[in-house]
Amino acid sequence: MWRQALMTLFVLLLASGPSPAVQPDEILKDSVLESRARNLSRELRCMVCQNQSIDDSEAPLARDLRLLVRERLTQGDTDQQVLDFLVSRYGNFVLLKPPLEWHTILLWGLPPAALIAGLVGLILKGRRKEPTASATEALSQDEERRLSTLVDGRLPKP
Amino acid sequence: MIPELGHYALVLALALGMIQAIAPVVGARTNDSTLIQLAASTSIMQFVFVGLAFLALVGCYVTSDFSVATVYENSHSMMPLIYKITSVWGNHEGSMLLWVLILSLFGALVGSFGTNLPSVLKAHVLAVQSWIACAFYLFILFTSNPFVRLSQAPFEGRDLNPILQDIGLAIHPPLLYLGYVGFSIAFSFAIAALIEGRIDAAWARWVRPWTLAAWMFLTIGIAMGSYWAYYELGWGGFWFWDPVENASLMPWLAGTALLHSAVVMEKRSALKIWTILLAILAFSLSLIGTFLVRSGVLTSVHTFANDPARGVFILAILMLFIGGGLILFAWRAPALKQGGLFAPISREGALVLNNLFLTTACLTVFVGTLYPLALEALTGEKISVGAPFFNLTFAPLFIPLLVVMPFGPLMAWKRGDILGVAQRLFAAFGIGIVVVALTFVAEGGRSILAPLGLGLASFIMIGALTDIAERMGLFRLPLLAAWQRAIGLPRSVWGTALAHFGIAVTLLGIVGVSTWASELIAAIKPKQSVSLSGYELAFEGLVQRTGANYREAAARFTVREGGVPIATMEPSKRSFTARATITTEAALLTRGFSQLYLSLGDVNGDGSISVRLYHKPLVLLIWLGAVVMAFGAALSLSDRRLRIGIPKPATKTTMQPAE
Repeated sequence: MWRQALMTLFVLLLASGPSPAVQPDEILKDSVLESRARNLSRELRCMVCQNQSIDDSEAPLARDLRLLVRERLTQGDTDQQVLDFLVSRYGNFVLLKPPLEWHTILLWGLPPAALIAGLVGLILKGRRKEPTASATEALSQDEERRLSTLVDGRLPKP
Repeated sequence: MIPELGHYALVLALALGMIQAIAPVVGARTNDSTLIQLAASTSIMQFVFVGLAFLALVGCYVTSDFSVATVYENSHSMMPLIYKITSVWGNHEGSMLLWVLILSLFGALVGSFGTNLPSVLKAHVLAVQSWIACAFYLFILFTSNPFVRLSQAPFEGRDLNPILQDIGLAIHPPLLYLGYVGFSIAFSFAIAALIEGRIDAAWARWVRPWTLAAWMFLTIGIAMGSYWAYYELGWGGFWFWDPVENASLMPWLAGTALLHSAVVMEKRSALKIWTILLAILAFSLSLIGTFLVRSGVLTSVHTFANDPARGVFILAILMLFIGGGLILFAWRAPALKQGGLFAPISREGALVLNNLFLTTACLTVFVGTLYPLALEALTGEKISVGAPFFNLTFAPLFIPLLVVMPFGPLMAWKRGDILGVAQRLFAAFGIGIVVVALTFVAEGGRSILAPLGLGLASFIMIGALTDIAERMGLFRLPLLAAWQRAIGLPRSVWGTALAHFGIAVTLLGIVGVSTWASELIAAIKPKQSVSLSGYELAFEGLVQRTGANYREAAARFTVREGGVPIATMEPSKRSFTARATITTEAALLTRGFSQLYLSLGDVNGDGSISVRLYHKPLVLLIWLGAVVMAFGAALSLSDRRLRIGIPKPATKTTMQPAE
């Protein structure tokens, strides 16, 4: 049901005509504040869109959020305070980079864990087996020859 | 009549598929060569019948037969012919038909060109291929039949989604599917090997060209999709870490790992079990990609329909093949004989490291894409995982991979000499350092990321060239001799070097556009102008135009560089009447590898228009790099050692020049 509603909204948005996300009238005079606002906007999700930041989205809600971010910044909030404010209002859903909490441990932890486990495994395996001359000869010469003949119909170089 | 014939052809393909799914397996058990031979002909006939079904559907679209439901929903009589044809796969039903068309094409290719394969292996491969095909024929016939008629034919169709009315739709999905589905061959080979319980270096040699071909198409397909999104969606990004993009990136990463591990298996008959697993995973990820996009779990431009029945059906297919494949793997793989050993510092070792990083990168994308879905299903909690997460986690995995990449091809098999390799890479490393220093100075020390990125890219490029130079004996041998050796080098060596070079080209583009891009958002009135990065754009006025099935309002800009007019740019907004939809068409001006990107916003009350102007330095290199990579793959494919399809008299033993 909500998916259908979302779809309808999507279509409606398209019908109103997409326009570049950040509108000229939103831009702050202070270029430092503006660039902070842009950076923050890229971290925040447009909640009615699929996987778009409010910086990219042309939805009205995204515009409201962009204006809100700029308002807080001009009032002297730090970047973190702006993010905290938005999280308190909309929950973690608004952050495109979820914070590390107990329910996101797997999200953040799995990739490095896999990499480390892989490296450790490889090192252990490398220690256990030292290559020996006999073990590395996988195919006998005759087998090599048969393989080559099979594959491209000629003899390997002697 | 035509749609019914198409429908019937598809049913016949299913019937043939069922025969092919069973007969060769029985034949292999009972040593019945007739049953074994059957698979080759049924695979070709399957392709013929699916091809007929597909042609029938194309016919319905071209003639705008609105009595067919999908034609009514996705086509319009006023559309240009090219879009009438591409809208065949611009919707769920048709795109699934394209999917099975390509699946049956690959089956037919194995059937007709795999003449050098052992007959039992070939029989099993074709049987597995047919299991997949049958599952998808059933899926189409039961849940997504593109030939369903409406009881009353409407006069006019509802038009194709205007965002899809682009030449990109003609290129992107077919290429992507050639890649996705191409991995089915590797999967079938893996399952066949597990069924037979026998696997050797020859197996890797047979699988590699198919994997290479699939990888090549997938590379181009992803790049094409990225470029399409870049110019069509209107905000000039090239990669959004959208779940649908991730769905295509995962098989690419697994496929890249598979390509490299298959080399080890072919040359040194090591990593057998791992290669089999990767072959299963690469196609499993393709299936997951299909599931994510087709089931409606994700809603985006790519998801044409949301129907739970379809989702459940695809999920069942998914579990059958991925689950079945992995269970078979767990059961049979331990019985496979492990092959050659190698020292950690060796070509094999380098390729293992490559595989470790690629699979971890793949896992990262997998977790990031599916975690929000899983978390919401399990706890009801909603989180978002977007570009900032992936940029943070993906880059640290990919950069080490890129740093060690030039070492791999220079390393010797079995036991390598890392100091020797480092010495040979000295020139590449030196040039890299010089590039870092020069960029740092030229930039006035503004950032450290750009110099490092450029330095890494040049290190990889020169490293790839070093490999070729070493092999042809450049600087050691007389020029003529070196030239002759260069000609004599196997094409796969050139292919490797090119593909690695291509990665660096893409990296260069990404670094360029993410560090030096500039942007200007402004509201301007006619006769006013804006300037950015040395270009001055004067707004001349609005122009009205009519296309085949849309009206267009374009804003004409004259672009000047140093006061000299160099071009006009006309970004526009198109209004498609049939769907009451408006699209934004950005205007692009290419200067070397860089682009000016101009997209149009709203017309404001005071008569001014909002525009968004970007200067994107080196942006074209991102996609050009992918083209270079794919060209490298094509070159490798043309290596005669890999052209297994061409039957040659096995008894002819004339000496040929050594490679």
